[in-house]
Amino acid sequence: MENVRLPLPTASPPASTAPTAPRLAGDLAIWFFILAELLAFGVFFAAYAFTRANHLELFDAEQQALNRSAGVINTVLLLTASYFVVRAVQAAERAASAQSARWLLAAIGCGLGFVGVKLAEYSAAFEHGISLSSSPFHMFYLSLTFFHFMHVILGLVILVALWNGARQGRYHHGDMNGMETGAAYWHMVDLVWLILFPLVYVIH
Amino acid sequence: MQYKSQAVAKPYFIAAIGLFVGQILFGLIMGLQYVVGDFLFPEIPFNIARMVHTNLLIVWLLFGFMGAAYYMIPEETETELFSPKLALALFWIFLIAGALTIVGYLALPYATLAKLTGNDLLETMGREFLEQPLITKVGIVIVALGFLFNITMTMLKGRKTSISLVLLVGLWGLAIFFLFSFYNPHNLVKDKFYWWWVVHLWVEGVWELILGALLAFVLIKVTGVDREVIEKWLYVIITLALVTGIIGTGHHYYWIGTPQYWQWWGSIFSALEPLPFFAMTVFAFNMVNRRRREHPNKAAVLWALGTGVMAFLGAGVWGFLHTLAPVNYYTHGSQITAAHGHMAFYGAYVMVVLTIISYAMPILRGRAANPEKAQVLEMWSFWLMTIAMVFITLFLTAAGILQVWLQRVSDTPMSFMATQDQISLFFWMREWAGVVFLVGLVIYLLSFFVKGDSRAANA
Repeated sequence: MENVRLPLPTASPPASTAPTAPRLAGDLAIWFFILAELLAFGVFFAAYAFTRANHLELFDAEQQALNRSAGVINTVLLLTASYFVVRAVQAAERAASAQSARWLLAAIGCGLGFVGVKLAEYSAAFEHGISLSSSPFHMFYLSLTFFHFMHVILGLVILVALWNGARQGRYHHGDMNGMETGAAYWHMVDLVWLILFPLVYVIH
Repeated sequence: MQYKSQAVAKPYFIAAIGLFVGQILFGLIMGLQYVVGDFLFPEIPFNIARMVHTNLLIVWLLFGFMGAAYYMIPEETETELFSPKLALALFWIFLIAGALTIVGYLALPYATLAKLTGNDLLETMGREFLEQPLITKVGIVIVALGFLFNITMTMLKGRKTSISLVLLVGLWGLAIFFLFSFYNPHNLVKDKFYWWWVVHLWVEGVWELILGALLAFVLIKVTGVDREVIEKWLYVIITLALVTGIIGTGHHYYWIGTPQYWQWWGSIFSALEPLPFFAMTVFAFNMVNRRRREHPNKAAVLWALGTGVMAFLGAGVWGFLHTLAPVNYYTHGSQITAAHGHMAFYGAYVMVVLTIISYAMPILRGRAANPEKAQVLEMWSFWLMTIAMVFITLFLTAAGILQVWLQRVSDTPMSFMATQDQISLFFWMREWAGVVFLVGLVIYLLSFFVKGDSRAANA
């Protein structure tokens, strides 16, 4: 299944026939999906900005109460995970499957670290009585971060699948579609956080 | 027909079409009652006509889905149906129970029907679309369980494909969410909250899986495009449909007493509900453009393409029109909702069932495709019904905009009934469009009886 590219005009020709032509990494289907995801987050961010403009003081005050250190740690964890995923893709390209699997395992470790930090942050928030109904800011803080959190979980499931595939030596030069597809999704999860973190935790 | 047991789909399809005719006749009756209030009163009051119109729609679509599953599953799993006898027995049980329920609606006062059918044992009646007596609801559950048992057992012993898996998950979801029709809390907020778990999570949730699977199946058959390609699109479409559709339930939670965050969740996620329908249209046209064979059944291809376009317009665009909370504040429960409901049900579910019937029925009757003349007639019916539905939707939208303006936005708002008088012109035009729809439906029926040279029997 990994080999099949969707037959749309934008789909790239196989690497063997046009090695120098620009090529879409991963399956076109995942890019359609990623664009849909970015649109969903984009609409959510716009709604946040719109509401914030109407409640500036409230948003600033409650933003100050967020745990920014946890946010920074999580940013580092996700960026590191993305770096590891890049190394895993490069290793797979060289047919170094064992190495690729190890890089993926390291990325999964970082992702799990993100999940742990986030859960600690949520439990502290709930102890302080923060809920979806406690204020407009809290509604956005919880909704946006939780929606992203679910994407991290899905991203981890995909990374585990890639890790499993890499251990079996499934990816190599000329058969990178599965690996690149999964990696593209993970980078999307990272990218969204890079906008979400400053927007919700920092900018005031 | 590759497998003998696929033949059980035939009575299901015939019953579906028969009930479809009933649905349209009652639609015309109530459409007239909008402008001639005492038409057929007291024999068929408006509330009864409406109940019959909507209930028949649901039941005939269920017949269509079941027929589709009985036709598709043997071919997908490459094995005969687990029990064709069970499938036929359930057909008669469902048909007789359905007919008795409609007779009950028409012959008895609703309260008497409730008393006679044990509604005091467990109060489930009286809610829009879920008006069925308790025994009918129990009957639906028994038929659904028997049907799912049959389909699941067939799948377990045969080849497992993504299309059949998606179809099965959709059908199981359909049965599971129907169970919420038995939960009728006294708290009105909770009542509405869970009522939508049947109504919304059916049509904007699990039914979309069924729709996707049916469309994917027919597209594989008529285009010859690789299964892998079609299945990958199917996965993208159903993931988008589920993510947007499930959280999108929130667009029904704006004004019923649920927490305020539903206005955001509902607005944002349901605003994205057109995406999977858009993807479906792109998908259908792409697959047909890249077809590797010229299937003799042109009518089925037309229905498949029509499903993509009309589902996107009806469910996607007309849904988006009034899904954002600030808009819905004004449009809630107006004729705009009726406009959306008509085109969405027709575009998504009616058309996909007619697609599979169009593809499968000739094969069930021993030929790959119908004679040329029959297909031309069927395509005429496609255009007549579809264009009539576009006009029904446009007239209802116009009625809705005027209604919202006169009744809710204006500085001197009019009462509901006074507003209805003002928009009666649009109701008349809608009724005439409905007559054209009926003409299309009659032509559709005639297309089954046209004789001529039919193509080879191996599809």
